[in-house]
Amino acid sequence: MSTEQMTQDAHNHPAIDHADDHDHKPTGIKRWLFTTNHKDIGTLYLVFALIMFFVGGAMALVIRAELFVPGLQLVEPDFYNQMVTMHALLMVFGAIMPAWVGFANWMIPMMVGAPDMALPRLNNWSFWILPFAFTMLLSTLFMESGGPAAGWTLYPPLSLQGGKSFAFVVFAVHMMGISSIMGSINVIATILNMRAPGMTLLRMPLFVWTWLITAYLLIAVMPVLAGAVTMLLTDHFFATSFFNAAGGGDPVMFQHIFWFFGHPEVYIMILPAFGVISEILPTFSRKPLFGYSAMVYATASIAFLSFIVWAHHMFTVGMPLAGQLFFMYATMLIAVPTGVKVFNWVSTMWKGSMTFETPMLFAIGFVVLFTIGGLSGLMLAIASVDLQYHDTYFVVAHFHYVLVPGAIFALMAGTYYWLPKWTGNMYSEKWGKIHFWVSAISVNILFFPQHYLGLAGMPRRIPDYATQFADFNMISSVGGFIFGISQLIFVGVIIHCVRGSKVKATSGVWEGAKGLEWTVPSPAPYHTFDEPPLIDDTTVAHVEESAH
Amino acid sequence: MKKPNIVIVTLSVVAAVTAAFWLLLVAPAFTGNEINMPRGVTEHSIMNYDLHMIVLWICVVIGILVFSAMFVSIVLHRKSKGHEAAQFTHSTKAEIVWTVIPVLILITMAVPATRALINIEDSPETELSIKITGFQWRWKYDYQEHDISFISSLKADSNAARMLGSGVNPESVDHYLLDVDNRLVVPTNTKIKFLITADDVNHAWWVPDLGWKRDAIPGFINESWTEVFEPGVYRGQCAELCGKDHGFMPVVVEALPPAEFDAWVAQQQNQTLATVEEAKRLWTLDELMDKGEAVYATQCASCHQADGEGLEPAFPALAGSQIATGPLEQHIDVVLNGIDGTAMQAWGAMLTETDIAAALTYTRNAFGNDTGDMVQPRTIARIKKG
Repeated sequence: MSTEQMTQDAHNHPAIDHADDHDHKPTGIKRWLFTTNHKDIGTLYLVFALIMFFVGGAMALVIRAELFVPGLQLVEPDFYNQMVTMHALLMVFGAIMPAWVGFANWMIPMMVGAPDMALPRLNNWSFWILPFAFTMLLSTLFMESGGPAAGWTLYPPLSLQGGKSFAFVVFAVHMMGISSIMGSINVIATILNMRAPGMTLLRMPLFVWTWLITAYLLIAVMPVLAGAVTMLLTDHFFATSFFNAAGGGDPVMFQHIFWFFGHPEVYIMILPAFGVISEILPTFSRKPLFGYSAMVYATASIAFLSFIVWAHHMFTVGMPLAGQLFFMYATMLIAVPTGVKVFNWVSTMWKGSMTFETPMLFAIGFVVLFTIGGLSGLMLAIASVDLQYHDTYFVVAHFHYVLVPGAIFALMAGTYYWLPKWTGNMYSEKWGKIHFWVSAISVNILFFPQHYLGLAGMPRRIPDYATQFADFNMISSVGGFIFGISQLIFVGVIIHCVRGSKVKATSGVWEGAKGLEWTVPSPAPYHTFDEPPLIDDTTVAHVEESAH
Repeated sequence: MKKPNIVIVTLSVVAAVTAAFWLLLVAPAFTGNEINMPRGVTEHSIMNYDLHMIVLWICVVIGILVFSAMFVSIVLHRKSKGHEAAQFTHSTKAEIVWTVIPVLILITMAVPATRALINIEDSPETELSIKITGFQWRWKYDYQEHDISFISSLKADSNAARMLGSGVNPESVDHYLLDVDNRLVVPTNTKIKFLITADDVNHAWWVPDLGWKRDAIPGFINESWTEVFEPGVYRGQCAELCGKDHGFMPVVVEALPPAEFDAWVAQQQNQTLATVEEAKRLWTLDELMDKGEAVYATQCASCHQADGEGLEPAFPALAGSQIATGPLEQHIDVVLNGIDGTAMQAWGAMLTETDIAAALTYTRNAFGNDTGDMVQPRTIARIKKG
């Protein structure tokens, strides 16, 4: 029997025998250790990501505190470099990526009408690897040779100068990779096999589409990263010379391999954000998403292009002219599908009937600030000018604009959007809005001046700087502290919503919300669909009329 | 409720968005801080500056259009104003328009971008070639035609002020962190070839006023060129993370008119001869200690620390160390040839024999080591010859 038939049968004969009903769950810690429920695992991922967000954020505050005024006041340069490296590794692999997997777990089964993820035990394992991986990574900070200090890019030969603790970093990266690959297999299997009858691919919510494409990116590039760090490991401990010029190796090859992983990686962090924004804007505009199929094709195009632009991170290494031209043109081309997305979002809002609840505010903040990050990305694509921009604070400003008010604002928008569905309670709209405004203002105080610093000549990854950079560094640090502390409001709102909120959520939650997840009660039952839901144009999130 | 006038709303939103861009991009310059890329003093820097400004303004115009459309919608199309949602879902015409127009904009940007890149990658006939080698954490410059070679490190006053808890206000130091002991002196209006490489880890050699940076990678020699139009002093720094003192390896280029440059070359060559002569004579302990203290401060102290206590585990203490108080031959070998797999470099090729002898003498007698050993420059010269 083919898998498809089996799924079909499962849907046709739902839960005949309630003996395999998983609602009888263990309580206490056992529930969380042994759970195979997508909602529990989603919660674990989200809580873990939030903890990592604060640990990584604390490291960012160490950085901003040291940069508050010129001169070294707080930490030695080597520890500063460890903070820079760890901050990036934690935020990328510990906060943003697991947070998106958490959203995938919670939402994908509900959005496609499936009872759970396709591979529930694998799902448990993919999560529980992570706490061990990050414990191992963080433990290097307490080892004699200290944490990794060569930047998250781990460029040799510098990364090979680290002591024995480097092995722990490599194995931690391996474990994160295994976790991501298993999570992706699960997402792909769920989306391709577990959709309710009638939920055709082009009826899927955009969040599901973006995650499907993200999952393929992850499967394609995480092994590449694993290979790269394994070669570092053998160069360090077993006297190989993959990247050692003295032994016939090539230090630049590492950069090619790393960025072949690294560029798709940045889309892994942002594509699910595109999906979330494409769900939220139609809801609060009370109007269908504009250009649904164009959005799907644009996502796929961005994913494809992400594989052929990696060397734009390396314009200064000394590539042949033809190579630089190719990578410049390919990179510029990404602006086209990204532009389509932004224009379609604006068109979705256009002539809508908008209200501005917290998710909508974060979504609008995302569109504006992500676009600023996208435009500075276009500037960075110009290879000859990149010889000036490269490795300066201009680059730092660029990627923080796409990652913080980009990916992280989308995560927050999504959290506020679905929190009532998850908990059954409404969060405090007043405090949600305060959180948005404080975050949106402070994030710009934090990152906008970094554009000036970079253009005026301040390199990135330095613990101290020349005095002409003092003013904007101080402003940036002030913004950083406000932004960091204001995230406590976020935690407060979530805890209040989970524990204390008196306002119960309806199943629809938002007036304009469409899609399967809004047809089930709030909080969503432990097992969402015992019977396959009826799919028609009134229940799917996005309907596109036939072309005219 | 009175319906808002769409023209008035649009005009005021565009004005507000434009004002916001002005506030972000132009107004900060009134603080007196530098906020933009320098125009620089070479063909490349001017070309890159112009290209940067073109692309920046294109981005600003796109930003103003997109954000204005969005905010007009936010003002007009809200439920609280009683606006009913339209239900259109797509328009193939619009999709084509906003695919094609960006492509056209990109093509107009790609033309000057391609021209600039070709110009920068072009290698013309040059009259002077200088090899630049990055070390942790200093630069070495070799003038290929003139047999001049020296190391350029962070200047001592900056180096002292930048130590954790130094108590020195950086504002009181001239060109804090952007000053060196030996500048790279080049002639103006001369095409100069740079051969850029590194000895230990990746570095990047960058002077914004020259218009580019280039990675210095061990095992690779990257070629770049420049021609400086204006005499002056131009400052930059290492741009690729290269370890703990990455932030403390500045680049200072001094461009002199050709005649003055020739005089500088002659003076450098004389100095090289004098250094050779100096290495031949016998030095007293006091002379070696004085010189050694200075060499130690600029070359050794960033790792082994001014008090010789080091920074364990990567940078061992010299005070009471087995090497600095043990057999002299072993100590000389470590300093001349470095230790593989550690940050200890081979100083034999970087410092003069006198500097090495002085630094050795100093470290064997300072920090309570008190071995009483004295190392003469001629001893080092003999050992180096093998």
